[in-house]
Amino acid sequence: MSKYSEILFRPVFKENPIALQMLGICSALAVTSKLYPTLIMCVALTVTVSLSNFFISMIRNITPSNIRIIVQMTIISSLVILVDQALKAYDYETSKTLSVFVGLIITNCIVMGRAEAFAMQNPPGVSFLDGFGNGLGYSVILIVLGTIRELFGTGTILEYEIFPLVQNGGWYVPNNFFLLPPVSFILIGLIIWALRAWQKDQIEEPEFKMSQNSPEIVPNPPPTPSSKAVS
Amino acid sequence: MPKINKDSALNITFVGIGLCLLCSAIISFIAIQLRSVQENNVVLDMQKKIVSSAGLEKIYGSVENAMSNIKTLIIDLDKGEIVDINPDSYELAKELREDGKYKFLSAEEDVASIKKREKYSKIYIEYKDNEINTLILPVRGYGLWGILYGYLAIEGDLNTVAGLEFYEHKETPGLGAEIDNPKWKALWKGKKIYQDNGEVSLKVIKGSVLETSNNFSYEVDGLSGATLTCNGVSNLIAYWMGNDGFLNFIKNLQKIDV
Repeated sequence: MSKYSEILFRPVFKENPIALQMLGICSALAVTSKLYPTLIMCVALTVTVSLSNFFISMIRNITPSNIRIIVQMTIISSLVILVDQALKAYDYETSKTLSVFVGLIITNCIVMGRAEAFAMQNPPGVSFLDGFGNGLGYSVILIVLGTIRELFGTGTILEYEIFPLVQNGGWYVPNNFFLLPPVSFILIGLIIWALRAWQKDQIEEPEFKMSQNSPEIVPNPPPTPSSKAVS
Repeated sequence: MPKINKDSALNITFVGIGLCLLCSAIISFIAIQLRSVQENNVVLDMQKKIVSSAGLEKIYGSVENAMSNIKTLIIDLDKGEIVDINPDSYELAKELREDGKYKFLSAEEDVASIKKREKYSKIYIEYKDNEINTLILPVRGYGLWGILYGYLAIEGDLNTVAGLEFYEHKETPGLGAEIDNPKWKALWKGKKIYQDNGEVSLKVIKGSVLETSNNFSYEVDGLSGATLTCNGVSNLIAYWMGNDGFLNFIKNLQKIDV
């Protein structure tokens, strides 16, 4: 039991695909200006990543290793087309808002990343759970972004008015900056900061260390003209 | 069961072809199953915009009821006459591709920056007691980021606006996209298009229209932060209500009325 819940919930906070692995940022910037399309996008991605993990894991033992990426892409893109078609049929309004971003789930690194890293080595059941967990991790971040951006950008949540707008006789002047994609970038940065303050083990080793300023170290001599001519 | 060599050429071919066939079969099946629902959605969405441009869904209770009182017609824009073409087969994008069915606009003519204007246009008329109650005309013009496509609904006197609704645009959310705001759209109702001398005077101004203003019935409040979008809306009204747009047709309708 604990093993399964670990697989399911680990990607939500401990190994969040957006906050720790920095995957799937593109769609997190693009679709989160309103909460409702964000929710639909989360469902679409979660369905795709769970099912693609499931099917890829099912055929992992007969998948030739030199065409495995193509096999994965075929399965992922088929699923994305299905999701897109279903959305056009049952939620036409939202599918117009999301436009190309549903199709772009194909190129979302989370889906391919989980297929390569998990589904190719594990049986279908746990692969499905892993996909679902990663979908949840993606959704948590997107929902936070969508809520904040819609609330401060338009004063509403799910079109329901929270801050009465000046245009409608209230007090809140909508901050249009929150409707532009860069604000998600800043918010994701703040989320990562908060997450790492809470889960200290997510902090990475610095790649470079500032060296101490000591008189013994002689700076490299400038290259001589002759050595330049050789190269 | 002998263990198959999964990296053999035979297996690669088998898996590759098999997977492609399977996936394409599933996708085709689902796409065909859902096609009728999707096409229905597109039609419904369009009808909803047409009906709501004139605020008819409230009067009739539903989009379907409203559509049953609306007649779809194809008109010749230059002559201003109704032509006998089946409206179901009419598609604006197709008209603008076929030679002879559109004309290029010169810089002076092209007030709304649309480059090409179709020869035939598809319009909608709502009848009440066999009289024209609302005339719904397709309009389009360049906003800030792209062409705004919409419907302008005019009341039976052929001069009073019943409503304006855009069904496709690329304006900035929160700024130009406020042309979809119901509060702003409500401002259009009751405005007049033509002055007594027949000139198109309806436009969006910067700031708010004062109720004491002489032009109160010809001006609509601008959207703050969306001046270029508002200019686009003014331009498209000026173009489509003018000589090159629906003016000939409206004049003909007035003659019939007299």
